[in-house]
Amino acid sequence: MQGFLGNRSVKRGLTVAAMVVLVALVLFLAYQKNFGPKAFAQWTIDGIRGGSIYGLVGLGFVVIFSVTGVINFAQGEFVMLGAMFCATFYALDVPLPPPLKLVVAIILTVIIVTLVGVIFERATISPARARGAHIVTLIIITIGFTITVRAIALLLWGSRAKIVPAFTNLQQTDVIFRPLGLTLSAQSLWIWGTVAVVLAALYYFFERTMMGKAFRACAINPRAAELMGINPSRMSLLSFALAAAVGAVGGIVFGAATRPQYDMGLVFGLKGFVAAIMAGMVNPLGAVLGGLILGVAENVGAGVTGLYGYRDLIAFVILILILLFRPQGIIGGGERGVEQT
Amino acid sequence: MVGEEGWSRYANIMGLGVFIAIIVVFGLIETIEPFGLRFRDLTGGMITFDTLIRIGILTIVVVGLNLLMGYAGQISLGQAGYYGIGAYVSAILCTMAPRHHLLPGISDTWWWPWLVIVVAMLVTGGFAYLIGKPILRLRGMYLAMATLGLGVVMYTVFREGGGLTGGHDGISGIPRLSIGNFTFWPIERYYWLVWAVAIAVIIIGLNVINSRVGRGLRAIESSEVAASTMGVDTANYKVQIFVLSAMMASLAGSLYAHFQALVAPGPFGFVPSVELVCMAAVGGMASVWGAALGVTFFFLVKEVLRARMHQLLGVGGEYELIGYGIILILVMIFMPQGLSFGGAKALEWLRNLKVFRRAGDKETEPRAEQAV
Repeated sequence: MQGFLGNRSVKRGLTVAAMVVLVALVLFLAYQKNFGPKAFAQWTIDGIRGGSIYGLVGLGFVVIFSVTGVINFAQGEFVMLGAMFCATFYALDVPLPPPLKLVVAIILTVIIVTLVGVIFERATISPARARGAHIVTLIIITIGFTITVRAIALLLWGSRAKIVPAFTNLQQTDVIFRPLGLTLSAQSLWIWGTVAVVLAALYYFFERTMMGKAFRACAINPRAAELMGINPSRMSLLSFALAAAVGAVGGIVFGAATRPQYDMGLVFGLKGFVAAIMAGMVNPLGAVLGGLILGVAENVGAGVTGLYGYRDLIAFVILILILLFRPQGIIGGGERGVEQT
Repeated sequence: MVGEEGWSRYANIMGLGVFIAIIVVFGLIETIEPFGLRFRDLTGGMITFDTLIRIGILTIVVVGLNLLMGYAGQISLGQAGYYGIGAYVSAILCTMAPRHHLLPGISDTWWWPWLVIVVAMLVTGGFAYLIGKPILRLRGMYLAMATLGLGVVMYTVFREGGGLTGGHDGISGIPRLSIGNFTFWPIERYYWLVWAVAIAVIIIGLNVINSRVGRGLRAIESSEVAASTMGVDTANYKVQIFVLSAMMASLAGSLYAHFQALVAPGPFGFVPSVELVCMAAVGGMASVWGAALGVTFFFLVKEVLRARMHQLLGVGGEYELIGYGIILILVMIFMPQGLSFGGAKALEWLRNLKVFRRAGDKETEPRAEQAV
């Protein structure tokens, strides 16, 4: 497609030039403020940690969008619910050994949040679609759901932060490793491991099971899929269930690395959305990669400039630049639904 | 004979008359205080006069958003950002310029704040043009996403702007508006000003709908491909509406700044943007009247829920948002065209009653004017 800035080679040249300028700027700032490779490595590690969760949220956005065309702004709330439910269940006074209690809490949490996603789809999205709702209407419904969930969370848990124990030692303060003088918490390893497991499981589901294949068919062409006997309504339900479950898992593992609060969903929702945009809204793996890149860019950008207040800005500047120059996404996105004039 | 178009014009003029009458009555009650009654006594103390002014200010924003959503089929999730630009430009130029003696002889006159309002609108409009021009060529929800990003960027700049925007504390000491020696303050006077502007904006909105651009946009709504084949410059019309809606938001922001006399980042973030979209959607997306209705409905629900929830649960805070969210979902499922559409349906029903029917005015009759 023809962008608004001339042809492809001009665009490519400009992109490379912009990249070179950006890298030069970062290196110059680093030189001026005496940041060595160690600082960069540390920022990268921290960035990948948060970025993994952005990636999981972005994956949820992609899964729902590709089947239903809905941008689910409630995606971040699943992360919040995951962290909050897990903290609540773990804090219950039941006669179980702590590790077992944590496992039970995690399983219960994932089931409950998945149910929330299922109920949300059945109670609001599905009836609205049956009435032939416009896509704008559906998006506003997800916004209404976000508002409701946040208010209920405030009512249930108050505005105080909760505690999910670190998985390794079940304490509030985590085990810290110091490889090569860097700081690496054990929970980071849990987070990366979980992301890897989730991705592997999803890969298996989409590629090897009948239901996963039906789901993909529905994403590619809902009408044709319906003619082949696939029920699109069921696939829509499945997409919300999957997105909720993935979000909850992200919330649980990340909850142990932060202090979860009722209003944490907004940030994750927005950043996950940016990650999904980076993948053109259609590539689940790309969304995860996008999340990681976003996390690193954020941390390096804030670290090198020292402007921590402007951290959130980086994600949204990336968002606007992508939409302006490459709306089909930068990581394995598609041309689908982009072009018009 | 009253044709379809004629009827809608007639209904709009009627509506405008009734609307202005309501505004005037409310204003007079507060100004004259008949039998010592003030406005808040009429509502059991739940809705104050202050709220009416806020409704007026946000109506201006939502009229623009309504045109954008209902006629151009685009959502802006960053409208509070434009609202913020208006507020901050007014706040900065009206406090800093006189203090630092910039433009002596101009920045300390009574018309300086009015000039700033216009400047703010132009700045905001230019900004919206730059972002809207390339992005509105794309289909679907891309404008929503870009404006979301832009909104958050603007909010961050307001919050972190240091000496210029005053950070979290914001800017205080913004002067009141005045013409010569006549100051639009106390609050009753400002009420008249805000609602005069709001009604002017509503009239502009009604005119836009019936203009060439409005007709073009309606054609886009039914079929974008067909419209562009007929020579309607779809992308360009959308950009024009987008810029107009941003300028309306900026105007409202300036009025807010002079009302509050204090501007802090709070009302310009992502959540307020979302609330504005909700107001437009609940009121009715393809209707200028929906804007006033939506804003009023939201304020009423919010104020009443806040008061009632406080009594029921004995707690304050964000709890009223539960009701708020659920109402939003229900309206979107059962009345996706908004409350004003329900009102229009009722009007239609009334019109079809025999009493109001004129001889020869049949439903099947072709329209008198088919102007394109």
